[in-house]
Amino acid sequence: MEVLLNFLIYGLVQSAFLSLVAIGFSLTYGISRLPNFAHGALYILAGFLIWNGLNVWKIGYLPSVILAIVLTALIGYSLYYGIIIRVRGMEVSEVIATFAFSFVVVELLRYFGLFGLSYTLPPFLRGSLEFAGVVLDYQRLIVIISTVALVAFLYFFTHYTKIGLAFRAIAQDEQVAMMLGIDSDKVAALSLAFGSALAALAAAIWIPVSQLASESALEILLYALVVSILGGLGSVTGVIVASLIIGYAQVFTASFIAPHYQMIVALVAIIILLLTKPSGIFGKQKELEERV
Amino acid sequence: MSELRKERIDRPIKARTDDIYALMGYKEISYLLLPRVLPIAVLLILPLIVPNLYYLRVLNIALSFAILAASWDFLANYVGLVSLGHALFFGIGAYTAGAFSAYFDLPIFVTIPLATLIGATISTALIYPTLKVRGVYFSLITLAFPLLLARLIEATDILGGTLGITDVEGFPNPWVESYLLIFSLIVVVFGLRRLLGEDLGIVLRAIKDNDLTVEASGINVNKYRAIAVFISSAIASFVGAYTAHSYMFVGLPYLNLEYSIFPIAATVVGGMSSIAGAAIGAFILVPLSEALREFGTLRIAIYSLLLMLFIAIRPEGIYMFLWRKYHQIERWVKA
Amino acid sequence: MIRVENLTKRFGGVVAANNISFEVKKGEVLGIIGPNGSGKTTVVNLITGFIKPDSGRVFFAGKDITAKPPHEIASLGVVRTFQNVRPFYNLPAYKNLVIPLYSPRAKSFEEFRHGDRDHIALDLLEEVGFERDSPIPYKPASALPHGYIKRLELARALALKPEVLICDELFSGLSQAEIASLLPILEKLNENGLTLIMVEHRLKELFELADKVVVLEYGEKIAEGKPEEIVEDEKVKEAFLGAEVI
Repeated sequence: MEVLLNFLIYGLVQSAFLSLVAIGFSLTYGISRLPNFAHGALYILAGFLIWNGLNVWKIGYLPSVILAIVLTALIGYSLYYGIIIRVRGMEVSEVIATFAFSFVVVELLRYFGLFGLSYTLPPFLRGSLEFAGVVLDYQRLIVIISTVALVAFLYFFTHYTKIGLAFRAIAQDEQVAMMLGIDSDKVAALSLAFGSALAALAAAIWIPVSQLASESALEILLYALVVSILGGLGSVTGVIVASLIIGYAQVFTASFIAPHYQMIVALVAIIILLLTKPSGIFGKQKELEERV
Repeated sequence: MSELRKERIDRPIKARTDDIYALMGYKEISYLLLPRVLPIAVLLILPLIVPNLYYLRVLNIALSFAILAASWDFLANYVGLVSLGHALFFGIGAYTAGAFSAYFDLPIFVTIPLATLIGATISTALIYPTLKVRGVYFSLITLAFPLLLARLIEATDILGGTLGITDVEGFPNPWVESYLLIFSLIVVVFGLRRLLGEDLGIVLRAIKDNDLTVEASGINVNKYRAIAVFISSAIASFVGAYTAHSYMFVGLPYLNLEYSIFPIAATVVGGMSSIAGAAIGAFILVPLSEALREFGTLRIAIYSLLLMLFIAIRPEGIYMFLWRKYHQIERWVKA
Repeated sequence: MIRVENLTKRFGGVVAANNISFEVKKGEVLGIIGPNGSGKTTVVNLITGFIKPDSGRVFFAGKDITAKPPHEIASLGVVRTFQNVRPFYNLPAYKNLVIPLYSPRAKSFEEFRHGDRDHIALDLLEEVGFERDSPIPYKPASALPHGYIKRLELARALALKPEVLICDELFSGLSQAEIASLLPILEKLNENGLTLIMVEHRLKELFELADKVVVLEYGEKIAEGKPEEIVEDEKVKEAFLGAEVI
């Protein structure tokens, strides 16, 4: 019984982590069809900024987090106008360009020492609670709660507010949007900034539970990819469902098979998914019809 | 005040040599031969003039990465399959050669060809199911493959696991080591360009341009894509096998993202779609990254940065730039 | 020659083709007509293997070709042209034909195997109306006017020496004069044994050629018969004109 409860709770934590990490990527693609392969690097960069704010500039935890989110969003925005705008439209080039950017960021950070297990961020609230034999630290609880809140907010935002609905409209038909006078470049840059901010937020919430290391950048990106693709790019509901599936699959493999296989689950999932149903669970259908 | 604009036209000598008049005189013949013969001559002399073994090592790395990049350029720009995981082919070739050498004691002149063929076969078999998948999704799958293989090796501890295979035979002498590469580079670059001029090349480029029309014309598009993957992965496996013997070691680092990113960076910088450009890119990036060696993995940042800059600002690459300078005149004319 | 049985295909919520059945005999000319969105191109895709039906079968000369890949169906002799023609733009017109001539089917024919390929290509182009001694066959496909691009597409299909040729809106975008010049070419091919299926919007010209016509609307077959019967059919008139015709 305790084992089952443990499994349920920690599966939820892992799913929350995956949602946090994937939502930024999925929404950026959903709004402006921009595959932001710098997502993982921006996550790490944000974590680094928070750490700096806390330990070097000494401005306090909350200000550091806010600063990190704002700066990361700005970097995302400038990345669009600086580089991506020139390769806009060629999806593979966008992937390569953002991916290369992530290497620049990550390797620079690594060069300046950000590797290994020595960097951490303190949890928002120390201590833990216990119920029915399961121990859960407060930070993980915060992860679950904030993810639920974030996802609920985003769902509401994209389904019920004017701006959110406008985003979805643009996502569905960019050409019509352009005809209506919407500057698609500006929207794309904003969506990239938005996605980057979400990456920073994810870093702020999750790093206290794990660690801050440049090596994680790729892992974060892969998780974002797998969850986004499985759930259908651009769909908030999709991200929720997909992260639950993958999250529980991962915790299952880690507990009952071996921890090593966690990443393998995600990678195998990506490959199988892309081979069979790349549009994901809630994604739009894209048949051959559109080409012939 | 009249406006001036830049105009580019072919040099007279190019116009002459594009046709049968190429054989008209020494000037025309040397115009054609120079860009082909000069690099070959330089390559052949290089191992003899490098000051010491360290520079020889750098030369070898540049040569092998040049070949690797050429194989990527071929697959990406002539067949339309942009692989983000060339490290897979490289790694499979390396592991095959290393395993044959260390576990079965096969001599080096057997393991390398064997690894080239077997590596290509395994790689093609793995990639085959993904060929029917649309552009970006194909690239993503190729990204995941080497990572998956690395994690699997790590988790199951086969083929040396995290420590790798260390008992790999080395080359008999440094001359063989270098000249094998030089010879291979020449064969690969000129061979691929030749192949692409033939029917097979036309079909491949047609597939890249418009695969539905090719399919509707009775040609099995998947089969030809598989052939292209076989060729590209064979070349990459060869480089992997070579590297394994050169370092006398195979391990997880061979499946690193770096071996996937480098060919892309080299091709973008050197000149997409020219095969030779990929080699030029390698010859620029490798010494550059060696010069920055003391900065460790920062070199990856450097060529990623160059990749980003070139893809955004000068996507035609250096080769095209040189080609234009050689073959065309630029001048200002009244608009 | 071609028999289509109960072909059905759904895309999400839309039924693009619903239980379509018809038959084309050898040497016949079948026209497929219908308003936009009626499923004409879907039927062509289903027959030629570009999409797989949800249910139903396609037979060619008695053989079930339903599950076969497009290149195999083309190799058997059932060749289609595309509605949105995209030639290989940077190749000259005649070089565009290298592709079909490279196929196993083309290579199986004596005259294609031994002849000079460029010569064969120019012959094919002449057959579809390219003037032989003009620079037009040598121009890059990107420089060709629309009428010639359509002819090029026809030549591409003919390079495979098809037994059944399925033309998807061959006449679209062509002037009356251009269509008038194509009709005799198609007639001659038909006389020489080619079975034709033509999906068209240009009804007048199609009716001159067709032996039989199938009419589609919203994925359903609403009529089938000789051209003169179709013209009188009430349902057809309503489908095309949307109201009762006085």
